[in-house]
Amino acid sequence: MAIDTQKPRQLKYVWDFQDRIFRGVMRSAGSSVLVIMALVGLFLTLRASEALGSVGFSFFTTQAWEPDSGNFGIAAVIAGTVIIAIIAIVVAVPFSLGTALYISEYAPRRIKRLLITMVDLMAAIPSVVFGLWGFFFLQNEVTPVAKWLSQNFGWIPFLSVQGSDPSDPLTSNTVFTSSSLIAGIVVGLMITPIVTSVMREVFSQAPIGEREAALGLGSTRWGMVKNVVLSFGKGGIIGATMLGLGRALGETIAVYMIISPVFVVQPRILENGANSVSSLIALRYGEATQMGMSALMAAGLALFIMTLIVNFAASSIVARSRSGASS
Amino acid sequence: MTTQNMIEEQKRQLHGIRIRDLLTTVTAATSAIAATGFLFSIAPLSGILSFVLIAYILFIVFFALITAIDDDREGVKDRVASVIIRSAAVIIFSALVFIVFFTISRGFEALPYLNFFTEDMSLAGPLDPLSSGGILHSILGSLIQIAIALAITIPLGLITAVFLNEIPGKYSRFVRTMVEAMTALPSIVAGLFIYATAILLLGVQKSGFAAALAISVMMLPIMIRASDVVLRIVPGTLKEASLGLGAGAWRTAWMVTLPTARSGLTTAIILATARGIGETSPVLLTSGFTASLNLDPTNGPMVSLPLAIFQFVKSPEPTMIARGFGTAAVLMFLVLILFMLARILGSDKNVFGNLAKNLKKLTKKKVAQ
Repeated sequence: MAIDTQKPRQLKYVWDFQDRIFRGVMRSAGSSVLVIMALVGLFLTLRASEALGSVGFSFFTTQAWEPDSGNFGIAAVIAGTVIIAIIAIVVAVPFSLGTALYISEYAPRRIKRLLITMVDLMAAIPSVVFGLWGFFFLQNEVTPVAKWLSQNFGWIPFLSVQGSDPSDPLTSNTVFTSSSLIAGIVVGLMITPIVTSVMREVFSQAPIGEREAALGLGSTRWGMVKNVVLSFGKGGIIGATMLGLGRALGETIAVYMIISPVFVVQPRILENGANSVSSLIALRYGEATQMGMSALMAAGLALFIMTLIVNFAASSIVARSRSGASS
Repeated sequence: MTTQNMIEEQKRQLHGIRIRDLLTTVTAATSAIAATGFLFSIAPLSGILSFVLIAYILFIVFFALITAIDDDREGVKDRVASVIIRSAAVIIFSALVFIVFFTISRGFEALPYLNFFTEDMSLAGPLDPLSSGGILHSILGSLIQIAIALAITIPLGLITAVFLNEIPGKYSRFVRTMVEAMTALPSIVAGLFIYATAILLLGVQKSGFAAALAISVMMLPIMIRASDVVLRIVPGTLKEASLGLGAGAWRTAWMVTLPTARSGLTTAIILATARGIGETSPVLLTSGFTASLNLDPTNGPMVSLPLAIFQFVKSPEPTMIARGFGTAAVLMFLVLILFMLARILGSDKNVFGNLAKNLKKLTKKKVAQ
């Protein structure tokens, strides 16, 4: 009873001068991130307003990029960006899932650390190096496969190729180069490390008690992985995938080096010609007039908003899942 | 009585690879390769990649069939899953090693020439042989830009990381979320941002300094996240001990928290450097391009290694492409060296190793007194 009436003492803490300055410095450094992000949004919007004002809503529906004659829009490049990102995800997620499971569940303990380091290292390989590899090596290897796919599965709309006769085995190879598929594979390899490391982090947190329970009940290793590790890490897998998607949407140089730009929606992934928002910016900033620059800023703003949405969705999925509390 | 039975019982092998699996794998692989070779000889197929793809699919089928001879359904599933997972890892790691070696081996054409490291490209045209011209301008440009970027991001990044840990609350949670969002900022958007602010608004010319600002925007969130993780595992008891002895928040951070996490923070800085030094697209919009050496970051265009690679391989000339690969090899070496440095500094004397060392020092001092 007496306890109820007792209130905790008010502990008043007086920060001394040095600490007040220190806390102020810390707070403002912390705010710098917010300021930078806000400025990015603000300045892109400001610079984009001229272009957006002149074409209005048709900015989102036009498939062309001629800012100086007032005929431009991001329909084609957004579609191209999404196509490349989806191919990248389709390539990256199975491999990342396998690699992450291998590192966390299958690898011998003594090489585990080494493998984790290698994944981190792979994440630090500059994108221009991936671009070089994709352009000078992968392109030649993918072309025959693309040709074979188009000849045998050309009836599936997105695998068809215009300008190549499926019945003619001697058809030219150039129509299969610089395609969304090749760019997508390279971007997929680029995002694999980051997706792998997020997934591995989540898998390694799967509760040991449940693992042992599954094994103790006679489960095989795969049974344990499927029912304990994968079901525990479901949120983490989705979150990591979306994180990778965010990266894939924003990739510039590797895509720029591989594709040959087109300004129409190009759903045939095996065929020469693709585009993305970021490579459009890299391609056109040099020759841009004031209006052209403003249009590029508008494209950049669209990309910025898109990646922000994907990223926030990813982090909220990860945070809400059972495995996500700590990551 | 049952001694005989006990001797016959063997310890089951729970880890590692069983001999039987190894043999099954080898058998399945051999027959898959043979079958694919046969397919290629009778059907119009070509290319290494398609060979590997078909052989792999056949391998999985054969492997499943062989396992099914003396295993039940669950057993087959387990074995097949394990093989698929292992091969995914093998493919990804060999792809990494291959990309690195491909770049370095193609770069070896340009690397033996000493002038590649001591000259710039101002006097060498696209048709000149590899014995003239070099990438000195981009090596030094990269180093200058990364030095400026580090001068901006180290204080800002480390103080922000300390802020996230020392003043917890709603605000710092929000900042942490924004840091995560900033990590995903597309690099070309970072370039556009600096272009819109520094170059168009403030009138800074396209230069090494503008490029360093753009790189800083990319490096800052990486550094904050990496150091945030390190600072989070500094033991609370240490900080409390310091506060309990009457030290203020500032003294605690400066003399206890940061020194304890020193090696981890070094790793964070180096990782961010490795990422920053390889950024191309922010630099593309902000630094301008030049073929000659420029050591003044505030005046005139300054080229960095990734940008030089990008410009070299735009040219169709084989010598320029060779220079591009040579530059890429140099860049890869730089990243590898930075990475090894990070691992050496970060692994051996980790947070707790340092802690132990500090404690030892403290006790020694006490004894001396």
